[in-house]
Amino acid sequence: MATSVVLAGAEPDFYHTVTKRKGILSWILTTDHKRIGILYLGTILVFFHAAVVLGFLMRLEMLKPEGALVEPQTYNTFFTLHGIIMIFLFVIPIVPAVFGNFFLPLMIGAKDVFFPRLNLFSWWLFIAGGILALTSVFLPGGAADTGWTFYVPYSIRTTTNVIPALLAAFILGFSSILTGLNFITTIHRMRAPGMTWFKMPLFVWASYATSWIQVLATPIIGITLLLVIIERLFGVGIFDPTLGGDPVLFQHMFWMYSHPAVYIIILPAMGVVSEIIPVFARRTIFGYNFIAYSSLAIAFFGSLVWAHHMFTVGMSDTGMFVFSLLTFLVSIPSAIKIFNWVATLYKGSIDLDVPLLFVLSFIVQFSIGGFTGLMLGALSVNIHVTDTYFVVGHFHYVMFGGTGFGFFAALHYWYPKMFGRMYNKGAAKIAWLLSTIGFNILYIPFLILGYAGMPRRYYHYLPQFQTLHVVATVGSWILVLGLGIMFVNLFLALRNGAKTSANPWGGETLEWTTPSPPPLENFDEIPVVTKGPYDYSKYEKAAQEVA
Amino acid sequence: MFEGTSPFSDSVDATFLSIVGISALVLLGILAFMIYFLVRYSRKRNPHPENIEGNVALEVAWTAIPLVLFMGMFYVGWKGYLDETTIPDNAVPIKVTAQMWAWSFEYPNGVRADTLYVPVHTPMKILLHSVDVNHSFFIPSFRIKRDVFPNRETVMWFKTTEVAEYDIACAEYCGLRHSYMYNKVVSMDSVRFEGWYKKASIDQSKPYRALGDLSQ
Repeated sequence: MATSVVLAGAEPDFYHTVTKRKGILSWILTTDHKRIGILYLGTILVFFHAAVVLGFLMRLEMLKPEGALVEPQTYNTFFTLHGIIMIFLFVIPIVPAVFGNFFLPLMIGAKDVFFPRLNLFSWWLFIAGGILALTSVFLPGGAADTGWTFYVPYSIRTTTNVIPALLAAFILGFSSILTGLNFITTIHRMRAPGMTWFKMPLFVWASYATSWIQVLATPIIGITLLLVIIERLFGVGIFDPTLGGDPVLFQHMFWMYSHPAVYIIILPAMGVVSEIIPVFARRTIFGYNFIAYSSLAIAFFGSLVWAHHMFTVGMSDTGMFVFSLLTFLVSIPSAIKIFNWVATLYKGSIDLDVPLLFVLSFIVQFSIGGFTGLMLGALSVNIHVTDTYFVVGHFHYVMFGGTGFGFFAALHYWYPKMFGRMYNKGAAKIAWLLSTIGFNILYIPFLILGYAGMPRRYYHYLPQFQTLHVVATVGSWILVLGLGIMFVNLFLALRNGAKTSANPWGGETLEWTTPSPPPLENFDEIPVVTKGPYDYSKYEKAAQEVA
Repeated sequence: MFEGTSPFSDSVDATFLSIVGISALVLLGILAFMIYFLVRYSRKRNPHPENIEGNVALEVAWTAIPLVLFMGMFYVGWKGYLDETTIPDNAVPIKVTAQMWAWSFEYPNGVRADTLYVPVHTPMKILLHSVDVNHSFFIPSFRIKRDVFPNRETVMWFKTTEVAEYDIACAEYCGLRHSYMYNKVVSMDSVRFEGWYKKASIDQSKPYRALGDLSQ
């Protein structure tokens, strides 16, 4: 570490390295994995905030049973866009594309990813898909109103701009596949000498498992969406019954990707949690191998449970039995992770700093997401609550309470490394408190509403549901206030934050051995790895006494 | 808001509540350990950590115990589902047609109605089809729903246990007025029902035969 501090003065960080391109071109044509990570962060945050605004407006709309704000058609486009943006442009890419890009090479002691130009191309595909999705809103015909699931036959019949939205998701899929491919190759080929598979940080393990799902599952959604486009344009009967197709086939193909996508979404955030806990507990992770293997188990079993989204279509009893059983099995590796994380706090020396606070919210909220998943996995209960607010509450607990808060944790954890400055910790703690409280006030009523029989995607609802809807909407205000404070705080710190050292948290993984922010090629000399990623033995009593 | 009535609501509620109960206990356990560790092993109280790398016995325990619990939940859910799909032989078949954005009902003799009138205590077999897009036939009080498709018939059944009215909702998004696609199940005592059924049969000139006979 001492050497890197000296180097920080000698070599400019990656923001200030002189390259052959200047200004904006030095960004949008860069092949530096760190700049690409920052590009993703900037662009994804724009999409995220747009979708938050849509969600906020949907909650306002739900204040009154007959609707309080917009027309039904507008509301239908709101939840469609909110879903498309949040899924394809936020939760799927946020952790792998931002932190995977920025930190995966740093954590394995590499100078970049294996295919730097492909990496840039992936970002361009991402931007193209994102712009297409946003443009479709303003084209004649109006924004898509199918829900993010594009169920046929409605998506064949509606006159709204379904094709641009499908094409956007198709292009975004390619971006995801190429990023996955890049990470798999990078992890196989570019680990620093001495970094064996079981000396890799757990974030790298999680990224590895995620990348395989991205490569293997994403083509299925690609071809499925393409087939819907072909069906709409040329009337080829694949899914539409009036042309001889089968709408249930669409649902199978859609969920064959979109369920594994849930694990693309959650695994990297789990990796973040596994990184943060040891640093702030100052001790090694509990059950390293179990956490690493559970990522692979999740990736494998997660590919075999897709039809649990379709328990009401009238599947055979065999299908119901198998998909329900596997759904319960896939929750075991997640449970293992949670127990190991909590056990990592045992006999640690814990500093309850901002990133750890977000991680605690993650653990509790993701657990609730998992428990409600068990309720959904039980067949007789599923038949009642599927397609209600219960499901909406459940997946928001996983996607937002889990991955969203995992993203907030990652951002607060790696911010000093990415930007070389520290945000205001007091404001960050207030933001954490408000967003956690707001989140739960918003989504607990969803679970109750769903069990009481409130179906999802409803513009209008029965009067007995109003009280809970109002409570949820008030929760959304607290949540949005928390998010506002969080992002203003982080934004202001870009300029005004105190300069930070190379390793402000005392982390032991390799990214903390580089200056903050790191120089263009990360490491002056490729490090040789001799110990595991979470070796905090120097803080033990015996070690201290020797010193 | 949660009133349920059907052969299934009690068992679905019991399954749901038992999973909620177990989940709440485990969550409280996780929270309790977490908070205790955070306080007991704070950097102030415990400046020197201990690097415990793991414990195979614990890993086995917290894999095996959830596995047993989860298999129990799976089994209870599966049994409940079998009850919901095992249709009594004497159930009265009613054809339900879904379209954007309304439900309509056809009785065995061809009588049509725009509300689902049923005799109390009589098993009804609901045959679902759609004339346009996907819908889903959802009766929250009965804890059951079934998707409705344009190219295949789907089936469900229920039996009311009291004279009352229940909401029918559409649970699969189907466009502009999806959320207005409400209707009612009206459960009547058998005398009143046969009175309605007879009158409707005469009005629509269909041959009347008591539905009660069909379900004997």
